[in-house]
Amino acid sequence: MPLGGCLGLASDYRITLGLAIMVNLHRFANPNRFMRLSGFVLPWVSGIAAITFAVGLYLALVVSPPDYEQRETVRIMYIHVPAAWMALFSYTLMAASCAVALIWRHPLADVAAKSIAPIGAGFTFICLVTGSLWGHPTWGTWWVWDARLTSVLILFFLFMGYMVLFDAFDDPTKGARAAGVLAMVGFVFVPIIKFSVDILELRTLHQGASVSKLSTPSIHESMLWPLLIMALAYLAYFIALLLVRMRSAILGARVRSLRMMQAERASRVAIAPERL
Amino acid sequence: MTRKKRRLYVLLVAAVLLGGATALVIGAFRGNLVFFFSPTEIFEKSVEPGQRIRVGGLVEEDSVVHDADGLTVHFRVTDLSHAVMVTYRGILPSLFREGQGVVIQGRLDETAHFIADEVMAKHDENYMPPEVAEALKKSGQWKGDDE
Repeated sequence: MPLGGCLGLASDYRITLGLAIMVNLHRFANPNRFMRLSGFVLPWVSGIAAITFAVGLYLALVVSPPDYEQRETVRIMYIHVPAAWMALFSYTLMAASCAVALIWRHPLADVAAKSIAPIGAGFTFICLVTGSLWGHPTWGTWWVWDARLTSVLILFFLFMGYMVLFDAFDDPTKGARAAGVLAMVGFVFVPIIKFSVDILELRTLHQGASVSKLSTPSIHESMLWPLLIMALAYLAYFIALLLVRMRSAILGARVRSLRMMQAERASRVAIAPERL
Repeated sequence: MTRKKRRLYVLLVAAVLLGGATALVIGAFRGNLVFFFSPTEIFEKSVEPGQRIRVGGLVEEDSVVHDADGLTVHFRVTDLSHAVMVTYRGILPSLFREGQGVVIQGRLDETAHFIADEVMAKHDENYMPPEVAEALKKSGQWKGDDE
């Protein structure tokens, strides 16, 4: 069902949100405006992340009931599933930032993409590790090379490859461009991961989606709410971390250019003091 | 402006080509990139004995027999039209039981008997507290353990 696939892709809020941010990115492309706006937003999202993590973890690990079949092992799901969602969301946002950087050469787009990469890699790593910890008691194996697990591992390598390639050139703009192309080409894996189980019907060991099914979600309400709160916590945490990283990258660049100016002035003073 | 537009168009064309290529590859793989075969496929494709394969299906009801050594277990994996006889020696995953989806890895012997060296339980996408599962079973709305 290719049409259903396209609709599914468009209706997926993570991908839509990523695209919406990309389209609106030019408004925040002015670093000064970004510094002002992010300075205002940062304490709020940090606060939301702290509160939702506290509430979400308490609900997920203490209040929510054990599963009828997995028993207490189900609690890993509250850490694993939002991490997987955020891994896909981060990658979509990173690839979109790379596209903006490549087409419109916005100064903030490369900063954004470079700041996302290690956070996204972290989410993917959490997803892989917790999935493995869940798989051992449930499936009876730590790891299998099925389509879902393998494509998520490739996503992790793409994040790592992006970071390595970014710093592999002496000229930072060249590194940004090469890494950007890699990130955009790697985006083909996002729909593959998303649809590997449900729509592509690549027979996998991994089960299908429970929450985004068009019919009623196949997860009981008492487990759905902790999961959604955890997802909100992950999202707020991601935004807070991204803003911190982008702000420090911008400030770092300013410090570097100030140092350069200072050094230049100092050398001019040393050569021809009477001209100043 | 023109340069920006050109870069945008080049990127869009590249994205369409790459997306199309990926769709074709996935479409071609769809039949082959399977994690496991079904018992019917084993029956129809006449898999060579000794070839390492995975088979997925349900553990047939009333087919599980434990040997006296406490480790060896015999059961049938079915897709409701064909079934494969399986012998496995080892520790079963905790979700393993009759009616449950499993993926087994191993090889067929000459008598089309499957010697498994790994048994994995397939979990479905349903999550619910035990009381709810109990209530569903009582009210007859239980859909069973099939995938």
